[in-house]
This record gives sequence, structure tokens and C-alpha cells, in this order.
Amino acid sequence: MPVDVPAAVVSNLRLTPEYNVLTLAAPEIAKLAAPGQFVMVKTAPGLDPLLRRPFSIFEIMRDPAGAPAGISLLNKRVGVGTTLLYQAEAGDRIDCLGPLGQPFAPVSPPAEGWMVAGGVGLAPFATLAQALKARGTPMTLFYGGRGATDLFYESFFADLGATLVITTEDGSRGEQGRVTSPLERALAGRPADRPVTVYACGPTPMMRAVADLGVRYARATYVSLEPVMGCGMGGCYSCVVRVTRPGGTHFVRSCIEGPVFDATAVVWDALSEGHH
Amino acid sequence: MADLTVSIGALTLKNPVIAASGCFGYGVEYASSLDISALGGVAVKGLFLNEREGHAPPRIVETPAGMLNAIGLQGIGVHRFVKEKLPELGRLGATTIVNVCGSTLDEYCDVARVLSDADGVGAIELNISCPNIKEGGIQFGCSLTGTYDVVSAVRKVTSLPLIPKLTPNVTDPASFARAAEEAGADAISLVNTFLAMAIDVETRAPKLTNVMGGLSGPAIRPIAVRMVWECRQAVKLPIIGMGGITNATDALEFIIAGADAVQVGTANFVNPMLWADMIAGINDYLDRHGIARVADLVGQMTTGANS
Repeated sequence: MPVDVPAAVVSNLRLTPEYNVLTLAAPEIAKLAAPGQFVMVKTAPGLDPLLRRPFSIFEIMRDPAGAPAGISLLNKRVGVGTTLLYQAEAGDRIDCLGPLGQPFAPVSPPAEGWMVAGGVGLAPFATLAQALKARGTPMTLFYGGRGATDLFYESFFADLGATLVITTEDGSRGEQGRVTSPLERALAGRPADRPVTVYACGPTPMMRAVADLGVRYARATYVSLEPVMGCGMGGCYSCVVRVTRPGGTHFVRSCIEGPVFDATAVVWDALSEGHH
Repeated sequence: MADLTVSIGALTLKNPVIAASGCFGYGVEYASSLDISALGGVAVKGLFLNEREGHAPPRIVETPAGMLNAIGLQGIGVHRFVKEKLPELGRLGATTIVNVCGSTLDEYCDVARVLSDADGVGAIELNISCPNIKEGGIQFGCSLTGTYDVVSAVRKVTSLPLIPKLTPNVTDPASFARAAEEAGADAISLVNTFLAMAIDVETRAPKLTNVMGGLSGPAIRPIAVRMVWECRQAVKLPIIGMGGITNATDALEFIIAGADAVQVGTANFVNPMLWADMIAGINDYLDRHGIARVADLVGQMTTGANS
């Protein structure tokens, strides 16, 4: 059951000129949130921008007693709404509706959880990593960016016990190239009797490549998709994704049936065409 | 506490605030967040006889104080609606208005017949104004004879309150209101969205896959208010006004222009919890102005000539 709260900005950590982490006081959302869920954020009061924007819940913030106190958002400045969130100041009020959407299902041992993040696609994995740790599930984060300035919070994941595999396209950090290269080597090297579940979030071509690897190596693979979204509640039918279901392929609403989908169900050609 | 009830033919709404079709799913999506029985009505997503896929995304794009949509009337078809959604809407206590679509005159009638035989339909809103589909819809709504023909044909097959939803994409909406009245409508609703488009100048591609879409939101409100006022002068039928309503003040503007009830669409995307405040705000206004019934405010605009 989602709630709408006028969340106060607790802090705004500007990581680079492009990225920031906005911490919001929203205990009502924090206590309900499951890994991979999202919130619909009104980036400014009034009519411009009019619509809310979907954001993965990045961290669950806790008070000194350990009770859920708020959430954080990992934001990349790309347009009007994200620029407003980059510029937000402590004390500002930002309407947040959530938590929304279907969460990740964290696997338990003996399976391992492998997370594959591209850039700001890291966002849904902080909560997933905590859920995996709580189950004692060994985990790896494959984390790629264009360059070193696209990569954040590595120590957060390392502190949870995750193995980190870093790639950058310009070679400024980790292995040069795409994040799918070390993922493929790891999949190829893993014996078939040792289960692993792959979770991916990032640019559509990256998620599609991960989905293909999941099929090739016969590993369960889930993706968190980020289509244009109007309402987040199932009201508008704008965020549809074509998926395979019994009887054929259908457009389904990613806000209520996603954003997490079984990668083998997604009709990737339809998704790629949708991005001009 | 003022009397907020509204009569639409044989249907009584408990208040004048209705969730607009295409903006509220099938209503049941919102049941975990709010009490949908507290709304004056729930106009569910437009239904054809059969399931319909809709357009390829992207289906929406934001514009100044508004948005374009070209959803393409994705839907589950009237049979699945009656089986899967209508009983739940009844359990939830919703006043259900079903938006009826058709590619042909026969299809409109067939859908209306199915709904007439079902339990729990409060009224039929006849969608003759969707700008985003190739066949049916607006081709009826942009022609006076087409409007008359489809309304009178559906009138013959149903006794449910019949509410044609009119398009603003015509020069004189009032003449279409008259055509609907003459054909036997119980009320009219207006406005549907304004046909519009947006282009990404860097790629020179349209921002919607469908190229054109319908503009909604506060950007269109003054035009919609004008059209409701024009229709109020033209017909005696109850009018359900809509177009960019976000709060009680906006709703009151439509009522004063001549709307008996209002629908709220785009604003529900921004704030799905707005309903209680809007209904309370209308009541507060009536109390503050000493008006006993919301019906007494309908069309009560004052001008220099009569004040």
C-alpha cells in the first residue's frame, strides 16, 4: 500500500557535477520498502515539471535505534527534473509516493547473487545487497561506467561482503571495456551445479546483453527496467513493456507488474525500438 | 454540509467529482491507496468488444503544465471487464461509469448491450472523441451526423444513462452538444484531449511513437472552461466538465461555467490522493457562500450584464 509523503530533504551529497545522493525523511515509505521498489518523486511544486519521476529507492536510512527513518535516491542530472533534485537543499520538501512496484526476490544459499549495474543503474542494488547479506547469500557486484567518475559507493557494497568487479569504458578504473565482459567470463567459469541468480539494471543495451548471457549460460536473470512512466499506480498505461506470457506477447504496465522482470520474458526488440 | 449530490439521468452521484477515463485504470488499481467509493464516480478505461493492444511506447511526453498521450486505448475488452473488474468495483462500492469505444457503429452497440446485461454499471460514457485511434472514436465525434447516429443507435440498445464524451477538436463544440441532446443522450462530458504533437529538435523525431497525441493537464483548462460554458448555453442536459482540473478551485470554475459534475484525469497522475481534499474544498466553498446544494451553483457565472 503506497503512501504519499511530503518528505524533508535531510542531506544532499553531491558526488560529482553529474551525480548526487538525496536523503529524504520518509519513515512511512522506508518501513514498507522492499529491494528494487521505487518511488514517484515530484521534483518541484507547481505545474512545471508537472509529472512525477520514478526513482529506485537507493538506501533505507535508519535512526540510531535501527528503525527505518528515510530513503535516499541516487540521482543523475540529465533533464529538468533531475537537475532540480541535484540542486535541492536540506529542509526542502519533496513529495514522494511509494513504495511502488514488484521487488527483487533475493536468492538464498547455496545460490549466489550476482548484481550487474551500469552507471546510475546501481540504484536498486543497495537494498538488494542488504537483503542478500541478511540471508547469508554470497554476492558479487559487476559495476560498469563510462569512466571512474561514474562509479560510487563501492565501499558500501564491499562492507556488506560483496565481491566487486569494476569496469570502465575509458579504462580509468578497473578493467577497460563493458561490464558484460567479466560477467561472461564468470558465467563461463561457473560449474553448472553451483546455482547463481543474476540481477541487472542499467542502460537498455546493457540489460539486453545481460539477458542474452543469462539465456546462454542458463542462469535465472532479472532486470529492473526504467521506461517512461506517468503515474506509477497503473492508471495511465504509459510505462508498458512487451513481455511473453502464456498465449503470446502483451504490453504490461511496468509500474505494477515491474519494474523487475524475468529477463527471458522481456521482448527486447520492442523495448529497444521504444527508445528514440 | 452542503448537498453535493448530482443527478445524471437515473444515476445519482454522491458528489460531483469523478475520476476520468483513461487516467484511473479500471479503478481497482487505486483501491489499496484510497476509498474509491468516496468519489462521485469512477470512469474506467475505454473498452472495445475485444482486447486491444494500444500503441508502441513512448506513449506520453511531458509539455508545459501538461502532457501528451497516445496510449491507443489498450484494454481488456468488455467481456473480461465484466467478468474480472466489475464485480470488484461493486464490492468496493464504486459508482462505475464505463467508457465505451467502437471501431464501427455496430461495435458501440454491442459493447453497450453487454454492459446493459451486466450488474453494477452506473452509466455509459460514449467515447466518440479519442484522438489517438485510426478507426472509430473521433471520426464519429468530429461529424454532427456521426455524433447523432452513434448516440441514437446506442440509445436504442440501452436504458443506462448515456453520456457522449465530446472532442474539443472541432470549431463549435456546442453544435455537437445539441446533436447529442437531440439523439437522446442523458448528459454530455467534455473535453477529451486536444490533438497535439512535440518534436525532439536534436533528433528531429516526434517525441511520441504515434507522432500525434492528446494534450491534457492545466495547460488546456481555460479552453475547456470556455467550451463547457458554450455548451451550457446550448443544451439543458447535465454536463460533466473536465480539462486540467487539479483542485477544488479548478473544479468550481467548471461548475460555475455550467458543469453539473467534473472529471479529474492528469492531476490524478501527479497526486493520486487528491480526491478527499477536492470534495471537501467544494463543500467548504458552498458553506462559505451559503449555497445549500452544489446544483444551485451550476452555470451561475455573473457578468456585467446580469450582476
